[in-house]
Amino acid sequence: MIRLTVNGETMQLYSTDNLKQLLESLHLGQKRIAVEVNREIIPQSLHQSTRIREGDKVEIVRAIGGG
Amino acid sequence: MTPDIILNDPFIVADRTFTSRLMIGTGKYKDMEETRLAIETSGAEIVTLALRRTNIGQNPNEPNLLDVISPEKYCILPNTAFCYTAEEAVRTCRLARELLGGHNLVKLEVLGDEKTLYPNVTETLKAAEVLINDGFNVMVYTSDDPLIAKRLEDMGCVAVMPLGAPIGSGLGISNPHNIKLILENAQVPIIVDAGVGTPSDATLAMELGCAGVLMNSAVAHAQQPVLMAQAMRKAVECGREGYLAGRMPRKAYASASSPIEGTIS
Repeated sequence: MIRLTVNGETMQLYSTDNLKQLLESLHLGQKRIAVEVNREIIPQSLHQSTRIREGDKVEIVRAIGGG
Repeated sequence: MTPDIILNDPFIVADRTFTSRLMIGTGKYKDMEETRLAIETSGAEIVTLALRRTNIGQNPNEPNLLDVISPEKYCILPNTAFCYTAEEAVRTCRLARELLGGHNLVKLEVLGDEKTLYPNVTETLKAAEVLINDGFNVMVYTSDDPLIAKRLEDMGCVAVMPLGAPIGSGLGISNPHNIKLILENAQVPIIVDAGVGTPSDATLAMELGCAGVLMNSAVAHAQQPVLMAQAMRKAVECGREGYLAGRMPRKAYASASSPIEGTIS
């Protein structure tokens, strides 16, 4: 089990190994999003190869209405 | 009625060519459908949006703005609203570029305080420099200070966007003289961003010679947003045509429109 912070919330996860799996477990696998891990943007092409580690801080953003 | 004169008057920003000079935001609408209808009716081709954290788990089927305002159909202009430092703004722009598959046109706005949402010009300058060096095309929201506007242009911003009045205030173009001063020295498009409340405000901005107008609340907070979107489309076209047509000179006294010769006595 690992603990990490996603969008400011602490989460405990079992059997999550990479970023792609994390996003799928959050039902965000197919969504138009952008992701940072520890303040570094992870391009979509690297989601699968990006390991998720204890203490990681993940930010996931989407587009919303704005001026 | 004679059909409209067709103008060959493209609006060019960062080598992209547009027909509409009205740019519109996607915030504050009642729902996604109203957003879609208003944007479509406005005729805008450049559409702004913001970036925020996704919901985690609570609402996985929440509609996505990019499904309604598709990047295939519109030129998306992500903003940096509610960034108060250059660092936050740069980070947001980089996330936007990732979100939009490498799209590098951004609306930079670094705000000073919550009450006025007035631009923090020093942080804006810092952020613009970093973003330009990182390959972004920066359309920059700023104050109506002609010196700062020129400096942002000289740095390489692709459009300079002075406020007409504070964001969301609907107060109109509070200092048209400053907008004129900015226009006199500008080689890049000058776009009034923020402050427009009515169609006549938008027309005034265009009559002054602005390349375009960017608005959100004036449409979204109208009693009938979709109808206002249509009015704003016409207002911007109207102001542009008036500017291109060239106004008559101002005179201190009357000048009769009918000839004086041949009047009966």
